[in-house]
Order: sequence, then structure tokens, then C-alpha cells
Amino acid sequence: MANTGSSRAVGVGRVLIAVYAVLALGATARSVVQVATKFDAAPVAYLLSGLAGLVYILATVALLGRGDAWYRVAWVTIAFEFVGVLTVGSLSLFDAALFPADTVWSYYGRGYVFIPLVLPVLGMLWLYRNRPSRVAAAA
Amino acid sequence: MIEWFTAVQVGVAVIAGLFCFVLGLAGRIPNDYTLGATALVELLLVVQLVISLAAPAVGNHASGSLLEFWVYLVSALLVPAAAVFWALVDRSRWSTVVLAVACFAIAVMVYRMGQIWFVQAD
Repeated sequence: MANTGSSRAVGVGRVLIAVYAVLALGATARSVVQVATKFDAAPVAYLLSGLAGLVYILATVALLGRGDAWYRVAWVTIAFEFVGVLTVGSLSLFDAALFPADTVWSYYGRGYVFIPLVLPVLGMLWLYRNRPSRVAAAA
Repeated sequence: MIEWFTAVQVGVAVIAGLFCFVLGLAGRIPNDYTLGATALVELLLVVQLVISLAAPAVGNHASGSLLEFWVYLVSALLVPAAAVFWALVDRSRWSTVVLAVACFAIAVMVYRMGQIWFVQAD
């Protein structure tokens, strides 16, 4: 069936989206400063930080969006963040020079009170609970 | 930045955040009190903006990166405003929790701004 109303921006999901919006703002703004002022110190880490910020923005929009296409975008972006925080978090433990402590994913998001580690898990649980087939069945 | 004002600001943001969080979980939709608490957080940010603009003129300089400081402050100014707008559009209990999220975010951001101004070496 056509999914006209947003099935994800409801209930506690709104809080999830708000946290995503704050993280998107924080990560993006910070990476802009880093790329602008100390890009040479760790180009890979800071570019990845910028990419992470953009993906957080896309994830926020996808969670707000309506329909199946946005649902898939939400899955892809949130899964990307989860893989990112696990990969970069692990790498930062072993190669501190490549990933300085001040990127969004370093040390599993320690600089952001581990929100980048917890949020994708909550996001995927939320997406699973509000999957289109289930929402359609409930309607 | 003025140290005691910054501390008060973080404290107010944390208290406002807890207040909104508790009322939100208790099922209250955004009301004058929770919106007012968030507006107070925003007002203190505007005062902080004025203080930070004026501080260098009286010899109170940031020890850390000014660019980073201003990106934080300008971003911070947007957060409670956006949350209040959200709460006015979406009249549900979860909007009260969103107000709490905004207040907590401001507490963290102002704390970071304080570190940049007082602690961070450029």
C-alpha cells in the first residue's frame, strides 16, 4: 500500500531524530573547523569525520522522510555509521596517529559520550520495529 | 567568557534538561514551564554571545581556537530555538523530551566552549 504518513517520526522516534539532528550539527560543524584549520595533521581522519557528519544529516532526513525509499536510505546510512564507529573506533585504539582523538568516531565516539556508538543501535531497532510491512499490517 | 557565568549557564541547562526530561516522560506536552526553561537556556546563550563579543575589548581573550569557539556558539544558538519551534508544531509528550535533548546538548556545548576559552592552548 502507499505509505503516505511518516511512519518513523512518531512517538519516541521523534527523540531519536532530535538526537540525530544534534549529532549531525555537531559532527559537521566540527569537521568543517578541522578541515579548515588543521587538515594536514590527519587528512584521512578529518575527511572521514566530514563524511560522517554528512551521513548523519542524511540519516536525520531519512528518518523524517516518508515511504519505503527513505526507509532504505535510513537503513543504509545508519548501518554505515555503525560500521564506521566500530571500524574507526578499533583503528583509533591501534593507530592513534591516523585517527586523532578528536574525530567523531575515534575511541568509539568517546568525545561525544559514546552517542555515536549507541545511536545506530537504537536507530536500527527503531527501523526494525517500524518496518513498512509491519506498519502496513497495523494500519 | 566569564568563568562564573559559564558555570551558571551549564548548571541552568542541565537543570532545564532534567526538568523537561522528567515532565516529558511523565506524559506532559510542551507547556509554558518547559518551553520557558528552554527559552531561558536560549536567553543565557544570547547573553553569552554579547559577553564573548565584548570580552576581547576588555582584555579577556580566548586561550584556544577562536574559530572553533564561534562555530560552537553560533551552532548552540540554533539548537534551543529549533527545539522550541519543534515543540510548538508537534504538541506531544515527546516534544518535551526533545526540549530536554536540546538543553543537555547546550550544557555539553557550553562546557566545551569554556574549555576552548579557558583551557585549550592554541
